[in-house]
Amino acid sequence: MAAEYILEMRDITKRYGENTVLSGVSLKIRPGEIHALLGENGAGKSTLMNVLFGMPVIHATGGFDGEVLVDGQATHIASPHDAMNKGIGMVHQEFMLLPGFSITENIKLNREITRPNFVSRMLGKSMETLDMGAMSHDARSALDSVGMSIDEYTRVAGLPVGYMQFVEIAREIDKSGVKLLVFDEPTAVLTESEATQLISVMKEIASKGIAIIFITHRLDEVMAAADSITILRDGKLAATRAIAETSIVDLAELMIGRKGEGVVSVKSRPVPQGKTAMKVRDLVVDMPGEEVNGVSFDVVEGEILGIGGLAGQGKIGIPNGVMSLYPVEGSVELFGEPLKLGSAGDALRSGIAMVSEDRKGVGLLLDQSIEDNIVFNAMQIKGEYLVKFGPFTNKNDREIRAIAEKMIKDLDIRCFGPTQHAGTLSGGNQQKVCIARALAMNPKFLFVSEPTRGIDIGAKSLVLETLVKLNREHGMTIVMVSSELQELRSICDRIAIVSEGKLIDILAPNASDADFGLAMSGIKPSEHAQKGADEA
Amino acid sequence: MDKKNFKEILRNNAVTIMFIFLCLGGMMVSGQTTAYVVYELFGRLARNAFLVLALIIPIVAGMGINFAVTIGAMAAQIAALWVVEWGISGVQGFVTAALMTVPLAAFFGFLIGKLLNKMKGQEMIGGMILGYFANGLYQLLFLFIFGNLIPLKAPGLVIMGSTGVANTIDLSTDRGFKYALDGLWKLPFGQALYVVCAIVAVITVVLMLFKKVKPVKGVVTLAAAAALCALYQIPAVEEIFSMVNVPMVTFGVVALLCLFNVGIMKTRLGQQFRAVGQNRTVANAAGINVDKVRVIAIVISTVLAGWGQLIFVQNMGSFQTYGAHEQVGLYAGAAILVGGASIRRATNKQALLGCILFHLLFIVAPSAGKNLFGDAAIGEYFRVFVSYGVIAMALVMHAWGSTGKKKSLKG
Repeated sequence: MAAEYILEMRDITKRYGENTVLSGVSLKIRPGEIHALLGENGAGKSTLMNVLFGMPVIHATGGFDGEVLVDGQATHIASPHDAMNKGIGMVHQEFMLLPGFSITENIKLNREITRPNFVSRMLGKSMETLDMGAMSHDARSALDSVGMSIDEYTRVAGLPVGYMQFVEIAREIDKSGVKLLVFDEPTAVLTESEATQLISVMKEIASKGIAIIFITHRLDEVMAAADSITILRDGKLAATRAIAETSIVDLAELMIGRKGEGVVSVKSRPVPQGKTAMKVRDLVVDMPGEEVNGVSFDVVEGEILGIGGLAGQGKIGIPNGVMSLYPVEGSVELFGEPLKLGSAGDALRSGIAMVSEDRKGVGLLLDQSIEDNIVFNAMQIKGEYLVKFGPFTNKNDREIRAIAEKMIKDLDIRCFGPTQHAGTLSGGNQQKVCIARALAMNPKFLFVSEPTRGIDIGAKSLVLETLVKLNREHGMTIVMVSSELQELRSICDRIAIVSEGKLIDILAPNASDADFGLAMSGIKPSEHAQKGADEA
Repeated sequence: MDKKNFKEILRNNAVTIMFIFLCLGGMMVSGQTTAYVVYELFGRLARNAFLVLALIIPIVAGMGINFAVTIGAMAAQIAALWVVEWGISGVQGFVTAALMTVPLAAFFGFLIGKLLNKMKGQEMIGGMILGYFANGLYQLLFLFIFGNLIPLKAPGLVIMGSTGVANTIDLSTDRGFKYALDGLWKLPFGQALYVVCAIVAVITVVLMLFKKVKPVKGVVTLAAAAALCALYQIPAVEEIFSMVNVPMVTFGVVALLCLFNVGIMKTRLGQQFRAVGQNRTVANAAGINVDKVRVIAIVISTVLAGWGQLIFVQNMGSFQTYGAHEQVGLYAGAAILVGGASIRRATNKQALLGCILFHLLFIVAPSAGKNLFGDAAIGEYFRVFVSYGVIAMALVMHAWGSTGKKKSLKG
C-alpha cells in the first residue's frame, strides 16, 4: 500500500559548527504534487536540498538531525548517487550536460545500455559495447514526453539554453523509477514562452504521479504551477500553504518577514532633494553570476541609496560595473561630468571610491600593515603620500602615519597601532580599514558593497554607524549594496531592488514587506496592485 | 572555400603545417635520397609509434599528455634487466618482459593516478616532475640495490670493478631479445603492401557479407587497396620503398593498439573517459567515480608505455640503463602534438601522422644541419629545441583557444 506522502522530511536541523542554518524544518510531499519551495538567499533552501540528496558537504560536517522518509520508510541517503537510486532526481540550475556529447549520450550518461562482447566476458561489465540504437530509442521517448521534437543525435554544444533545460528534464524522466524531481530555479534562463512550456511540462510530469519540488523566486510562476508551498525564512519553517488559500502578496510577505528591529536606529529624515550626484543609464555589466542587463537610476547628492535583491540577481554587478572592474557598457555621469567606462583607474581618479564585497580577495593586502593598506590606492592611483628623489619615489612615512592615525581614530579601528598587519584584525575592523582606504582617496562618491558580509552583529552596527556618520557629518553620497534588507531599511533613504539584472523599483525604507517581496521576485508592487484592482 | 574557414583550419593546424614545411625544407637541404629517408622512417615508426599511441587515453580523459610514461618505460627496463639476467632470449624473453611489465607498470600507474587526482588541472607538470623524481629512485635501484644487495650473475650486467648495473644493457647477446618482435616476420615493402591490402580486402568483404559495413564504404575501401597496389607498380614509387623491410609483427601490434584505442571508446568505460575528460563536475553528478576513471586511464597508459619501451629497446638492440627512459615522455608528447592533437583531443591518426613528421625531421635534421652550418651537432640541437618548442606552442595555443572561446560566448 503506497504511503500518503512520497517524501517526508521531519524536524530537519543542520548546524555548521556553531552556526545553525536549518532548525526544525519539515516538508511533506504527496505523489503527483507540485510543491514550491520559497525563501530568500540563506533561508536554507539549498541546505535542505543538500540534506535530501545526501551531498558530501552535509556528511562531512557532522550530518543532520531529523528524519527523511521516502514512501513512508525512514531512509538514510548516503550520496547523490544513492538518492538517484531511491528515485529522487534533480534538474540543475547550472546545466549538468556535456557539450561534446549528443543529446542521447547526455541523457544516458553513466546509464548506458550495453551489449556484452568478447572482451567484457573476461574483464567485466565496464568493457561492454554501447548499444547506441537502444539508447537513442529511449532518449527519443524521453524527449517526446517533454514535448521536444529535436533530433536525439544532435550535439549539445550550440543548443539554445532553453533546449538544454529540457534535455536535463528528459534525462531525469528517463531514469526508471523516478518518484520525485527537484527543479532548482529552472526558469531563470528561459524566455517567457519557454517558461510557460516548462510549467506545462511540469504539470504533465506531475499528472503521471511524479512529485515535483519547485525552487524559484518568481512568485507568479509559483501561483501558476504549484499545488502547495513551503516558505523558509532564516533556516526556519515560515509557513506551509495550499495554493487555494494564499495569494502573491501573502507569499511575498511571508518570504521577507520582519526580522526583529533595525540593526542600528537612525533618526529618519526626509529624502535629500539636491542635485544629481550620479546618473546611470542602461548599465550592462558582464560580471559572472551577477550580470546586470540595462539598469538606469539617479543618485541624489547627500543621500544613502540602498541596492537590494536576491543573490545572483545583479545587485553586486552595479558598483563593480561603474568602477569598471568587469566588462561594462552604458553611460554614467558623475556630478554632470561623463565618466569614461572601461578603466578602473579612471573611475578612481574621478573621485568614486568603492569598498569591495570581496574584502580578502581584492579589498585588503592581508600581509601588509594597516597604514600601507589605507594609503595603497591613493599612492598608486593619485601618486599621493610619495616623496621624489630625482627618478626615484619613496613612501612619505610621516604623512602616511598621520593619515593612518587619523583614520584609526575617526573610524574607531581597534588595533595595536598603524603597523599591525591587516590580516590579524577582526572582520569588522578589516572592513573599517577598507572604508579608510576608500576615504584616503578623498572621494566625492562612495560605493559600499556588502559591508557587513561575514562579520558579527556588533561589528555590523559599528560599520553601519560609520557609514551614517560619514554621510551626515561629511555629506558623503553613498550607494550601499547589501543582501540584508533589514540593514538597508535601517540606514538608507531609498532602496532600489534588482531582480534578474533589472531594476524593478525604488522603494522607501518603510514600504511594506509584501512590496519588497514582490519586487525581489521581479514584480513591480504598484503594477501588481494595479493588476489586482483591474481583476477585482 | 570560405576564407574565414580556411584561416580557422590554418590556425588550428599551425603546428602540423609548420612541421610539414620544416620536413620538406630539411629533406631538400639534407641531400639524402628519398629511399634512405623512407627506410629510416619505417624503422623509427616501428620503434616509436606504440609509445605515442599510449598517450591517447589520458588525453581523452582530460589529463593532458601523460608525461609519466617515463615511469612506464622504467618499469619496462626493470623487466628487461631481469630477463637478461635470467638469460631468457628471443621471443620468450620479450614476452616474459612484457608480462613482467604489466604488474610493475600497473602498480606505478596506480600510484601516479592517485597522485594526479590530488593535483587536478596540473597533471602535465605533475607527471613531468614525477618522472624526474622517479628517476632518482630508479638510480637508487639500479646503482645500489641491483648488483649489490641483489646480486646479478649475468656477464656484463654489472659495472666492472664497481657496484651497480652497467651503463649499457646489451640485448644483442645470446641472452638478449634484440629483434625478438621485428625479426619474427619481415617482408620487403612490396610484399608487405600486398599482404596488408589482402587482409584489409578479406575483412571488408566479410564485414560486408555480415552487413556490418555500408556497401559504399566497403567498395571504397576495396578500391583504395587496389589503387595502392597499382600505384606500387610504377617504378619510381617502387624505387622510394626499395630499401624498406617491414617488420610485420611490430606493425601488427601497433595496428592492434589503434584498434584498441578505437574500441575502448565504444565501451562503457570509454564513454566514462570521454565524460570525465569533458567535465568532471557533470560526470560526477551522473554518478561516475571520476577519480577511479582517471586512475584507470593512467594505469592503461603506463602499461602501454612500458610495452612501447620494450618494442623500442628490442629494435635498438641495447639501451642506456640510466638514460633510455628520460626523454620518452617529451618526445612522445611532442610527436602527438605535431600530428595536430591538442592536450584535450587526440586520435590515432594524429598520433601516427605526428610520429611520421616528428621522426622525418629527426632523420633529416643532422645532415641538413651539416650541409647548412657545416656541423651535424647543430641539427641535433635543433631537434631538441624543436621538441620543447612544439610542446610550448601547443600549450600557448590551448590557452589562446580557450580564451578565444570565452570571448565568443560573450559576444
